[in-house]
Amino acid sequence: MPQVTLTVNGKSSSVEVEARTLLVELLRDKLGLTGTHVGCDTSQCGACVVHVDGNSVKSCTMLAVQADGAKVTTIEGLAAADGTLHPMQEMFREHHALQCGFCTPGMVMSAVDLVQKNPQGLSQDEIRHGLEGNLCRCTGYHNIVKAIDAAQGLMHAKAAE
Amino acid sequence: MNAPFEGIGASVRRTEDLRFISGKGNYTDDINRPNQVYAVFKRSDRPHAKIVSIDTAAALAMPGVVAVYTAADLAAIGGLPCGWGINNKDGSPMNEPKHPVLAEGKVRHVGDPIAMVIADTKAQAKDAAEALVIELEDLPAAATVRDALAAGAAQIHDNAPGNVCYDWHIGDKDATDAAFAKAHKVVTLDLLNNRLVPNAMEPRVAIGDFDRTTGLHTLFTTSQNPHVIRLLMGAFVLGIPEHKLRVVAPDVGGGFGSKIYHYAEEAGCTWAAAKLNRPVKWTAERTESFMSDAHGRDHDSTASMALDDNGNFLGLRVSTLANLGAYLSTFGPAVPTYLYATLLAGTYKTPAIYAEVKAVFTNTVPVDAYRGAGRPEATFLLERLVDTICHDTGFDRVAIRRQNFIPRDAFPYQTPVALEYDSGDYFATMDTAMKQADYAGFPARKAAAAAKGKLRGIGISTYLEACGIAPSAVAGALGARAGLYEVANVRVHPTGSVTVFTGTHSHGQGHETTLAQLVVEQLGVPHAQVEIVHGDTDRIPFGMGTYGSRSLAVGGSAMVKAMDKIITKGKKIAAHLLEASVEDIEFANGKFSVAGTDRAKTFGEIALTAYVPHNYPITEIEPGLDETAFYDPANFTYPGGCHVCEVEIDPETGVTSVIQFVAVDDVGRVINPMIVEGQVQGGVAQGIGQALLENALYDDQAQLVSGSFMDYTMPRADNLVNISVGTENTLCTHNPLGVKGCGEVGAIGSPPAVMNAVVDALSAYGVRHMNMPASPEKVWNIIHGGLRAAAE
Repeated sequence: MPQVTLTVNGKSSSVEVEARTLLVELLRDKLGLTGTHVGCDTSQCGACVVHVDGNSVKSCTMLAVQADGAKVTTIEGLAAADGTLHPMQEMFREHHALQCGFCTPGMVMSAVDLVQKNPQGLSQDEIRHGLEGNLCRCTGYHNIVKAIDAAQGLMHAKAAE
Repeated sequence: MNAPFEGIGASVRRTEDLRFISGKGNYTDDINRPNQVYAVFKRSDRPHAKIVSIDTAAALAMPGVVAVYTAADLAAIGGLPCGWGINNKDGSPMNEPKHPVLAEGKVRHVGDPIAMVIADTKAQAKDAAEALVIELEDLPAAATVRDALAAGAAQIHDNAPGNVCYDWHIGDKDATDAAFAKAHKVVTLDLLNNRLVPNAMEPRVAIGDFDRTTGLHTLFTTSQNPHVIRLLMGAFVLGIPEHKLRVVAPDVGGGFGSKIYHYAEEAGCTWAAAKLNRPVKWTAERTESFMSDAHGRDHDSTASMALDDNGNFLGLRVSTLANLGAYLSTFGPAVPTYLYATLLAGTYKTPAIYAEVKAVFTNTVPVDAYRGAGRPEATFLLERLVDTICHDTGFDRVAIRRQNFIPRDAFPYQTPVALEYDSGDYFATMDTAMKQADYAGFPARKAAAAAKGKLRGIGISTYLEACGIAPSAVAGALGARAGLYEVANVRVHPTGSVTVFTGTHSHGQGHETTLAQLVVEQLGVPHAQVEIVHGDTDRIPFGMGTYGSRSLAVGGSAMVKAMDKIITKGKKIAAHLLEASVEDIEFANGKFSVAGTDRAKTFGEIALTAYVPHNYPITEIEPGLDETAFYDPANFTYPGGCHVCEVEIDPETGVTSVIQFVAVDDVGRVINPMIVEGQVQGGVAQGIGQALLENALYDDQAQLVSGSFMDYTMPRADNLVNISVGTENTLCTHNPLGVKGCGEVGAIGSPPAVMNAVVDALSAYGVRHMNMPASPEKVWNIIHGGLRAAAE
């Protein structure tokens, strides 16, 4: 079986997997990082979004072997080591941008990447279009859009420090 | 510095959020048991067929395969029970065919499970399922109620002649006939309520576990009501006594009704775990969810209103064919009766109503309650009918609603269809909604849109909801086979912190926050010192779970009663310590004090005394401060409201965009405004989804066409707009909190508001009615002529 070596949330791991193993299966089943969720089987819902080498990726649509040598960040790795939340996490809580919480890890990871890739700032319409790859059944997105809008200011201010 | 207010009325940020935003939720699929094996269900890809043979030999020989089970192996266990019995017009009971855990002799819908394959890994189980050799002999199939009722239609069950489950009615037929006989005008409308797939983002999961040494079975499952599952599966399917069966529903990723029911996979995994003496885990893939989670809606109705010459409603006649799918889901029969036809008065004082409901088996996934459950169907029918009356007669849609509203001073109001509304003010919600939506300014916006070549429409709907699902006696009289009370155990710890064990279940509603606010308010304990526990039959008392917007109205009321008992006992302890009479002890702001003095004991001091009873009225009361209360309300609760939707249609593409949505609801007393707003927004999003995007589509051979997120249009962020929420509350008169419920109002009021707006936008094209969803194809065909019939 192939061996995959990758860095997840700053920690290096070397894991033996079947060739058909998906990245999300490696994260959930081999590394116990169950914060990354699986909500569909057609790459539609985005519950499994993680960052691979700084880009948001649907981890149900990438083979584990493709992540060999990559740096992966999951929802568990977003907060600081001392537990200080990322501004996106803070704003999701502040603006009630989650209900059941199942889509939330993927939604937060997508949102972080969306904001980071758009330092010029995004309108609420652009945020809505940017979330096209993530489904939420609970919130109607209203508060998710609000949270991302609030977080982008905080993130850009922090980046400018 | 004063502590922030965290009691009733505060938008307290949610306790549960920290674990969810950190990836530390504990959903069922996150649970793995030592030595576990994986189950995969082989499902029918045919809608209706005889099972000629199943050859498991090749599958059993595959690597890692532990077992393959079919119906033949399950001969000793029962079918999945139905929790609701409906009687026919003649008083005879409904036809109730067996719902086997695995298909017996026949498959009856695409997705019907035929075999359970268990292997060391999920991939091995999937591979082995592919190696099963199953010979099926196709039978004619029906997906719609009309096809299933047609002469010569194939029989789906031997003991349901003509594919009819029941033929039921409610209301006064003679009075309604008399109203129609004297009517100045009768307006009739045929309408379909489209079938939906609930699609909670978390797919269903079941893990069965068994300890041979204790005989204890455990089921971890994605459920809205673990005790209901324990009762149904233990007593009716597997014959496991309740003290030997634990059901755990941990963090659950959305339900919307679809996780109320007892499903085959739960029984299959629990049974197999005992048989194999190994934990058995099954996780649905989304495609399986589409063909095995109970669907919602699917009504085919004709409605007629009799009017006098002033537009007063004289009588309503409704005839509905309800699609129940291939088998009875747990509460399937209740939805088109108890939750639908009893709602047909709506917000109106229509004096005579008669409704007939024929429930029909088809070769489709079983249909059961989905957010709103029956009440959206009733509201869509009524509110489309009212707009159609205006279309046919020229009456104004606002004026005709107001003139037929139940007046403010008419409460309590007895409807002609069984319910007695305790409170409401439909004028207030309508006034506020129209103001918030700038209804008066619409003509100018329409003209501006027209100048850009776009078609604008505005739609109004009003609704009445019966929720807080209970009372047991009424539900029982209408067919429920279970009680519908709720229970809470409030445990005060020696140091004064509090754990509440509630029979309700949170799968997104935020109970850990809202229910804690009740404790803050009533016992004066800080929010941080309150823990809410739910979802584990080994920890909580026997409660009925969460659906029908019942948690606060029924479960919250049980908590209030339990806390009343805590306070009563605390007063006795305080009286002893303060050497005063019990009658003189007052409790407020977390302190027991002697009236008119500064002598007082804190809540914490009383708690400690209860557990360290050195100086204690031991001959009068027991030690400890731990009380349980059950609450079975006198009536339902009755939220109501008005939704206003403005849409814009692009005639070039037929795409309908929601421009503005305003929901003004009467949900009773609000405990946490932030959560109420979120609940309403989420419900409205699902309603807009039903109206514009979603459709569970079967072809004429009963093959499921929309079987994945590639084919079934879920609302995405860019399909929706910000949803403006307001409240105009009247208090429930019969529960101690005055609360009504907010979980379903959004999904109930919104679909007709959207559709009334779409029809309004298309008024220039002579459209009288359009069924949901208003897809671009349908709309484009209307605008570009020729296929107007497609809309009907």
